[in-house]
Amino acid sequence: MSTATESTYRPATKVGRVTDFVDQRVGGSPILREFGRKVFPDHWSFMFGEVALYTFVILLLTGTFLTFFFDPSMAETTYAGSYVPLKGVDMSVAYSSSLNISFDIRGGLFMRQVHHWSALLFVASVAVHMLRVFFTGAFRKPRELNWVVGGTLVILSLAAGFTGYSLPDDLLSGNGLRIIDGVVKSIPIVGSYISFFLFGGEFPGSAIIGRLYVLHILLIPAIILLMIAIHLFMVVVHKHTQYPGPGRNDGNVVGYPLGPVYAAKAGGFFFIVFGVVALMAAAFTINPIWNYGPYDPSPVSAGTQPDWYIGWVDGALRLMPGWLFGFPLEWHIPLPWGVNTLSLNVLLPALVPAGIVFTVLFAYPWIERWITKDDREHHVLDRPRNAPTRTAIGMAGFTFYCVMWAAASSDLVATHFHVSLNDVTYWLRALFFIGPVIAYAVTKRIALALQRKDREIALHGRETGRIVRLPHGEFIEVHAQVDDYKRYKLVGFESPEPLPEIVNSDGKVTQAEKLRARLSRVFFEDRVAPATPAELEASHAHGDHEIAESENLKEVAH
Amino acid sequence: MADHSDGTPAGSHAVARAGRSDVEKFQDPGLAPHRLRLADTDPRAAKRAERQVAILFGVSVVGTLLFFIAYFGVRLDDTIATLRLQNLLLGLGVAFAMLGIGTGIVHWARALMPDHEVSEERHEIRTERDRVAAQRIVEDVLEETGIKRRPLIRNTLIGALALAPLPAIAVFRDLGPLPGNALRHTMWKEGTRLVRDPTGTPIKASDVTIGSAFHVIPDGLNELEHGKLEEKAKAVVLLMRLNPESLNPSPGRENWGYNGIVAYSKICTHVGCPVALYEQQTHHLLCPCHQSTFDLTQECKVIFGPANRPLPQLPIKVDSEGYLVAQSDFHEPVGPSFWERG
Ligand code: HEM
Ligand code: FES
Repeated sequence: MSTATESTYRPATKVGRVTDFVDQRVGGSPILREFGRKVFPDHWSFMFGEVALYTFVILLLTGTFLTFFFDPSMAETTYAGSYVPLKGVDMSVAYSSSLNISFDIRGGLFMRQVHHWSALLFVASVAVHMLRVFFTGAFRKPRELNWVVGGTLVILSLAAGFTGYSLPDDLLSGNGLRIIDGVVKSIPIVGSYISFFLFGGEFPGSAIIGRLYVLHILLIPAIILLMIAIHLFMVVVHKHTQYPGPGRNDGNVVGYPLGPVYAAKAGGFFFIVFGVVALMAAAFTINPIWNYGPYDPSPVSAGTQPDWYIGWVDGALRLMPGWLFGFPLEWHIPLPWGVNTLSLNVLLPALVPAGIVFTVLFAYPWIERWITKDDREHHVLDRPRNAPTRTAIGMAGFTFYCVMWAAASSDLVATHFHVSLNDVTYWLRALFFIGPVIAYAVTKRIALALQRKDREIALHGRETGRIVRLPHGEFIEVHAQVDDYKRYKLVGFESPEPLPEIVNSDGKVTQAEKLRARLSRVFFEDRVAPATPAELEASHAHGDHEIAESENLKEVAH
Repeated sequence: MADHSDGTPAGSHAVARAGRSDVEKFQDPGLAPHRLRLADTDPRAAKRAERQVAILFGVSVVGTLLFFIAYFGVRLDDTIATLRLQNLLLGLGVAFAMLGIGTGIVHWARALMPDHEVSEERHEIRTERDRVAAQRIVEDVLEETGIKRRPLIRNTLIGALALAPLPAIAVFRDLGPLPGNALRHTMWKEGTRLVRDPTGTPIKASDVTIGSAFHVIPDGLNELEHGKLEEKAKAVVLLMRLNPESLNPSPGRENWGYNGIVAYSKICTHVGCPVALYEQQTHHLLCPCHQSTFDLTQECKVIFGPANRPLPQLPIKVDSEGYLVAQSDFHEPVGPSFWERG
C-alpha cells in the first residue's frame, strides 16, 4: 500500500478526487462500501425510532441554548423582569431566570417551548417505537440485547423528562418534587436519610435544583447518547428487520439503498420533524410557568397535571386506598428498639406496578424464547395478528398502563363527565385488575378473527360489494381473486403448534418443563393455519358458484 | 449496487414451519414487478416534480426570512400579547424553513431518485468457525490465569473487588445532614400567633365566622432569614370554624379548639401536597394531588383516597388580646410517613 511510488489511480471528476484524497489519508472506503448502498426496508412503522432520534437531536440543540441563560441557583431573589404580575415577588434565581428566558430573551420562549414539546414527543416516540418492536416480534433472536438497550433508553428518557420538568422551580414542578420526597420517605429504613441526602437537608432545601441540573444536562444525556450509539450500532450489525411479503425472507433484506433514496428520505424527515415541533411550539403554549408562580409549599391548584409520561406512576398513587375494608395499609411494626412505620399505601403503588412493567419488559424476549424453544434467527417480522398470544399479552400490558394513566386524571374525568370522583376511582380500581384480562381475551379474539379473514381472502378473494344475479336466479357477491404477490403476504407466516413436554437427559419431565409445555399450549393452542395451495385448488374446484375476477379487472370496473 | 435478486426463499434455512412440509406451502413468488412512476416515463412530469422541489426549497428561504422579520421587527413590550405574537411568527418562520427543506428532499427522493427495491443477502453475524475460535480463546485465557485452580487468589480478589467500591458510595455521605429530630418538630410552640398566609396578619377569634376557612402560617415565619420554605413546608395550617356540635373531639382533645375553631396541618399525610380544598357543606378537606379526603367532623379522619392517617391537629387557644395562638407544637410529626415515625 504505502510505497514510495505515486498512486497510479486518478479519478476523473472533482468529487472523485476529493473522495480519493480523503481515502488515501484516512482510508474511508470500507465504511463507504459498507454503508453507501446498505439496504434499508421501508415501512411507516419504522419511523418512530427515527422520530425518537430526531427529537433527541432537537433536545440537544435547544437545551444547549437554554443552558446559556438558565441559572440553577435556589438563592432567593426579587423578580425585576418584564412580566408585570410577578414584579417584586420573591422567588428563586432558577425561577427568575426561567422567566427571563421567556420574557426578556428574544426567541427564548420559543426555545423553551420547542424544548418542552420535543421532550414530550421524544418520550412518546420512544414508547411507540417500543410497542412497534414488541408487537412485530422484532425483539427475537438476534435482537434481544438491543431490546434491553432500548428498555434502558425508556427509563433514561423518563428520567431526562422528570429532571428537566423540575428545573424551573415553579409551583407545579416544586409540588412534583414534594410528591417524590413523600414517596422517598416511605422507603423502609433508609427513606428519611435518602430524602435528606437528596435535598441536602429538609425539603425543599437549596440544593435540589442544582443537583437535578447536573443530572439533566450532563449525566443523563451522556448516557442516552452512549446507549443510542450502541443501539444503532446493533441495528447496523443485525441489519433491519422487514415485514413479511413476496421476495422477503429471513435470508435477505429488501428495501431501498441508503444512498441516495433512503438517506434522502430519512434526512428530509429530520427537517419535517423539526418543522412540526416548531409549529407546535409556535401555536400551542406548553408549561406557562409564569401562570403558576414560584414554588411555595402552601398553595396548590386543582386539576393540574404532570407531564404525560409521569402520569401512570401518579395514577397508581391515586388508585391505592389507604384503608382496605377497614384494614390499614400503613403498618406500625413493634420492634425491640421501638415502633417503625411501613407505608404500604405509598410504597406498593410507587414500586410494584412499575416493577412489574419493567421486569416483564426486560425479560420478555427470554420468556417467549423459553416457551417456544425457538432458537432460530428472525429477520422477518410477525404481523401482530399472526402472533395472537403475544399481541394479547402486549395489549394486556398496555391496558394496565393506560388504566394507571387514566387514574392520574380521575379528577378531570369526574368534573368533565359530571360523575362522582369516588365512583371514577372505584371503577378504575376494578379496571386495574380486570382491564388487562379483558384486553387479553378481546385482543386474542380479534387477532384470530383477522387471521381467519386473511385466510378467506387468500382462498376466495376480496368481496367487491358487487352483487350479480346468476342465470338460475341466485344472487351472489362477486369476489375478486388476489394476485400471487398479495396472496403470499396473507399466507406466508409461521403458525407453530404447541410443543409438548420434552424429557430431559435423565429421562424425566421437570416441573419447569411441565409449566413450559402448559404455557406453550396457551400460546399456540388457538391457531389459524395459513391457507395452503391444496386448499386454494379445492376452493377453486367447487367455487363454481362464485364468479372470480382478477384484481386488474376490478380496478377497471371501478 | 446490490444484486437485483428476487429474493426466493431457496437460500433460507429459517422459513421451515413446524409440522408442515414444503409442498403444503405457497411458494414465494418473489418481488412484485417494479412499477414505473409517471416521472420515469414522462419527462414533463419529471420537470414538474423538479419545479415543485425547487418551490419547496423556496418556501424554506421565505420561512428563514420570516424568522428575522419577527426577531427584529416585533419589539417586546410589557404585554404578553406581543410576546405571543413574536413567538408565533418566530415559530412559523422556523417551521416553514424546516418543513420546506424536509418536504422538498422527501419529494425529490420519491419522485426523482431511483425507486427500485433491492434485495441484499443477510450473513450470519459470525460464522461457526469464528465462534468456536473465540470461545476457545476465552477458555484458554482463563485457563492460563489459573484462576480456577487457585481458589485463594480468586476469593481474595472477589473480596477486594467487593470492598473497593465502598468509598465511592461513602463519599456521598455529605450530600446532606442526618434527619435527626427535624421531621418531628415545626415552628409552632406555645403562644405562637396564627397569622394569615402570606400577609402575616394575626387572626382574632372573632374574625373567624362559622363556615369560614383561613390559610395560616406561624407568626415570624416571613421574617426568617434562613430556611423559610423548609419551615413553611411543615408548619402550614388550615383554620376553620364549625358549629361546635358538629365537632366530635376524642378524650383529651376537647379543648384543642376554641368555640368550634380548629386548626389542622395542611400537609397531606399521603405524600405531602398541601390539602388546599375545603368543602364547606360537607366539612371535608380534599387533597388535590391524589384526592385523599379528610372529614373535619371526625378529627380529619381519612374517608377516601390513598392517605392512611388523619391530618395532625394543632391545639390552639386565645391570648389576652383575643388573637388565636398555638397551645404547643403538633403532638405528632406532620406530613408523609417515614420509617422512624413510629
Ligand atoms: C432514545 C430512544 C430510542 C432511539 C433514538 C431509537 C432509535 C432507533 C432507530 C433509529 C432504529 C432503527 C429504525 C427503527 O426500527 O425504528 C431502532 C431500532 C430498534 N430499536 Fe430503538 N430507539 C430508541 C428506543 C428504543 C426502545 C425503548 C426499544 C425497546 C425497548 C428499542 C428497541 C429497538 C430494537 C429492538 C430495534 C431493532 C428493530 C428492528 O431492526 O426492527 N429502541 N431504534
Ligand atoms: S398527597 Fe394528598 S392525596 Fe397524595
